[in-house]
Order: sequence, then C-alpha cells, then structure tokens
Amino acid sequence: MDPQAAKLIGAGIAAIALAGAGVGIGMVFAALIGAVARNPAIQSRVQPFALLGFALAEATGLFGFLLGLMILFVF
Amino acid sequence: MAAKTIDPLHQFEIHPLLPIKLGAVDVSFTNSSLWMMLSVIAVTAFLTLAMRHRALVPGRLQSVAELSYEFVAGMIRDNVGQAGMQYFPLIFTLFMFVLFGNLLGMIPYAFTFTSHIVVTFAMALVVFVGVTVIGFVKHGLHFLRFFLPHGLPIWMVPILVPIEVLSYFLRPISLSVRLFANMTAGHAMLKVFGGFTVMLGLFGIAPLALNIAVTALELLVALLQAYVFTILTCVYLNDALNMSH
Repeated sequence: MDPQAAKLIGAGIAAIALAGAGVGIGMVFAALIGAVARNPAIQSRVQPFALLGFALAEATGLFGFLLGLMILFVF
Repeated sequence: MAAKTIDPLHQFEIHPLLPIKLGAVDVSFTNSSLWMMLSVIAVTAFLTLAMRHRALVPGRLQSVAELSYEFVAGMIRDNVGQAGMQYFPLIFTLFMFVLFGNLLGMIPYAFTFTSHIVVTFAMALVVFVGVTVIGFVKHGLHFLRFFLPHGLPIWMVPILVPIEVLSYFLRPISLSVRLFANMTAGHAMLKVFGGFTVMLGLFGIAPLALNIAVTALELLVALLQAYVFTILTCVYLNDALNMSH
C-alpha cells in the first residue's frame, strides 16, 4: 500500500476514539439530568462533578485526535 | 469557489521575534514567550488594579478578584483540606496563568501558548515532581505504600503494584495532554469552520452562525480546562499530603 494512503486511513481510524468520548459525555449528562430531576435541590452540589466528568470524558476523545495528528504529521 | 486553501495548523507555528543564541542553545524571544509575558502582565495588572482600593464593600472589579481568590481557595479546602492552604500561591498562580493563557488565545490573531505540549508538559512536570517531593518529605519512605492499596490479598500484589506505579507515572502525561489537546483541537476546529465561511461567500452565513456557537463552546472549554488542570493538581496534592491508602 502507498504509505501516504495508509497514513490517511490510519488517521481516519483514530477518529473512532470519538465514539467512546461521545458515549461518555452522554452518560455524564444523562446522570446529571437524572439526579437533578429526582432532587432539584442537589443541582449546585452535583454540577461541578458533572463538568469535571465531562472534561475527563472529552479528553479521551482528544487523545484520539492527538493520535491522528501524530500519524499525519510526525511519521 | 475560491482557491484559498486553509491550513488549520498554521496558527500554532512558533517564530522568533528576537533571535538570541547562547552557545548552541536557541533561547530566542518567540511569539510564545511574548504571549506568556502578556498573560503574566495581564494577571498582575488585573489583580493589582482590582485590589487598589481595598474597599470593605467591594466594587465590580474587586468582586471579580475576590471571586477568583475564593474559587481557588474553596477548591483547595474541599479537595485537600486546611493543610493544603500553604500551597495556595502555587495553585492560584497555575490557575490564573492557564486561565489567562486560554482566554487571551481566544482573541483573533492571538497565540495560544497552552496549545503547545512543551508548555503544558513543563507545568505538569512541576506539579508531578513537586507533589512527589512533598509526599516523600511528609511521609518519608512510607510514601511508597501509596502504590500498595490497603487490604489487598497477597497474590494480587505483583499484579496491582506495577499498574499503580504505571498510572502514577502517567499522571503528568495525561495532565499535560488533556490541556494541550483541548486547546489545539478547539483552535483547529475554529479555523476550519472559519475557512468554510470564507469559501462559501454569501452562503457562508450558515457556518458563521455555527462559528459563533463554537466560539462560545471554546470559551467554556478555556474556563473548564483551567479548572480541570487546577482541580487535578489539588487531587494529586491531596494524595501526597493525606495518603488515602
């Protein structure tokens, strides 16, 4: 295979990491909405944790992005 | 369609503004250094100006300064406890530096120094080495028990201890890559959508609307990543000061 083509395919495959990040972010906010719907008074207590969880879940998708960049520009 | 090509990674290029050579080492004053200095000056000017009057009933600007102080102080008290307050200057400095770096980078044509792994990794390494030294100074060799979770069956030890050690040494990498990748991805995305707006001409109004939404999201991410970087520093500090297991 042409190395350039292999690189592009590899970078595309690295984008699959976004699936996991999407599921993770969805779960974080689903849990937040569920918790607030059950007990609205708790919103200010759980929101910081939700934001932290969102940032941590989003970062895993960005590691995939980083992998794609490395495949395209480093090798 | 315009033949204009977009290069979303062009904005991350470092070029020297004031070339300086010390022997074989290149210590030029670059655009990255310039924006780091600007952010330090901005933080210092903001805090000095805001606290100029030291009013008992704070004005608008003083409220913002007190809010940022209380925010970081509350974060340390919640995550580390009162013993962590002696590290407040370090953590507050880290927070303000990262926050202003992220926010100044949102200005068009500005340079985002937090989008460079060497900058974020240097900060993460300072946190990592500092926290490890604090742990050893405070607990001596007992700090090594950190890698041995409490109440572990003896046959699990050879499996779990290497995992704990590995995850400990991956901390600076995940801490720095998180901030760097968020900033790089966000700014590259802004550039790509901005390029769409230019290429489509009159129809560019649709991507422009999206661009405004993405800019708002990036402002949120800029705040959030500064918060995450600081809170993880607090969590690591808590591990070293009050060993949980």
